Amino acid sequence: MAVNRTNSTSNGFAGNQVLYSSRNFWSGLLFGIGLIAFMDEVFFHQLLQWHHFYDLATTRTGILSDGLLNSFAWFAAIFSLFMLSDLRRRNALWPVKWTGAAFLGAGSFQLFDGLIHHKVLNLHQIRYGVDILPYDLVWSISAAIFIAIGLFILSQTRIAKRKKAGNSHA
Amino acid sequence: MHDNHALMDSGGFLPLFLLIALLGISPYLAAVYFSNQKYRNLPLQRIVFWSFGIISATAALVGPLAEQAHVDFRMHMAVHLLLGMLAPLLIAMSCPMTLLLRTLNTSVARRVTAVLKSPPFRLISHPVTAALLNIGGLYVLYLTSLYHLMHESAFLYAVIHLHIFLAGYLFTVSIVYFDVTPHRFSFLYRSIVLIVALAGHKILAKTLYATPPEGVPRTEAEAGSMLMYYGGDLIDAVLIFYLCWHWYKSTAKREPSFIK
Repeated sequence: MAVNRTNSTSNGFAGNQVLYSSRNFWSGLLFGIGLIAFMDEVFFHQLLQWHHFYDLATTRTGILSDGLLNSFAWFAAIFSLFMLSDLRRRNALWPVKWTGAAFLGAGSFQLFDGLIHHKVLNLHQIRYGVDILPYDLVWSISAAIFIAIGLFILSQTRIAKRKKAGNSHA
Repeated sequence: MHDNHALMDSGGFLPLFLLIALLGISPYLAAVYFSNQKYRNLPLQRIVFWSFGIISATAALVGPLAEQAHVDFRMHMAVHLLLGMLAPLLIAMSCPMTLLLRTLNTSVARRVTAVLKSPPFRLISHPVTAALLNIGGLYVLYLTSLYHLMHESAFLYAVIHLHIFLAGYLFTVSIVYFDVTPHRFSFLYRSIVLIVALAGHKILAKTLYATPPEGVPRTEAEAGSMLMYYGGDLIDAVLIFYLCWHWYKSTAKREPSFIK
């Protein structure tokens, strides 16, 4: 197996992180999507049983969109971890960038789920028999916070990358 | 068929069950024995995969589960998962085509490969065709009166169950290349087909929850469709795992690890 452990530099990178920058981004993003979809299933469907498998208000588009998105998320969760192993094998894992992308993926999925699935397509509500507004607000605001954290971390890595590029040309 | 219920419950199905399972397993064992005389020994786990594949298909067709599946939609779904998803997966993992080609003499083996490479096989083993035969077949079965008719006619029951197994097998081998595969498609292409097919399976499960097939009580339809939904997730996770693992192995060779 071709593993490269050299190329240690003064700016904190000890491998091929910059070369595989976009693979770090995609692996993290897909993992975030897969993880949040999995947690949605485990906590809200199975443990709390707030979400319903199907409620009578669900539209056909709702079932279609939910099927596609969950199927994609299931694939994403598994594939992203193989990408992660691939990055480690290439000595190219960039944990900060990966984590930022994971926050971005998780937040985007949750925001889409909260706004489009729950509200527009009436797939199911967060909880039944209660005033739903506070639940919807917490759901969407926490999703927005995840996205903000993700974007902040990613912007930091962009600065780090630029520094790295500057150093290698010097 | 229902008058021998007591017999079935007390384990009276076992002799028939074992006979059929043994008939399914022994040709594979014989082929492994003969081909191991000529070539390097085959990995032992393939025999395990084949055996469990045959056992899960047999369990779907003979015994208490198969018996109950005639009257109970939940049991029918268990049969669907065993016969249409788990058995095809395990049998594909045992690489029966590789074994067949190793066992046959060269000239016959060449003729078999010629058939596998022929245009009709190329068409039905195309990932999209296989997905349509597999998932599309289920839509036809559950959303028309076919599901109801199937329980009236032993012939229809046999044909449909054969189709469920074969389409499941075709789909499995068209997505994950466990075995000899003449016509290959990219990882991305097969991933997209798999995601859309899994989505089709989920969408059908939720549709059945909302609108049960003809003659199926609502509570049975609800439990059955949830079994279909989550059972499908579980078995498809294995398909996704192997598809990605093959990607992981191949990408190591294809791309240089470091360019500078």
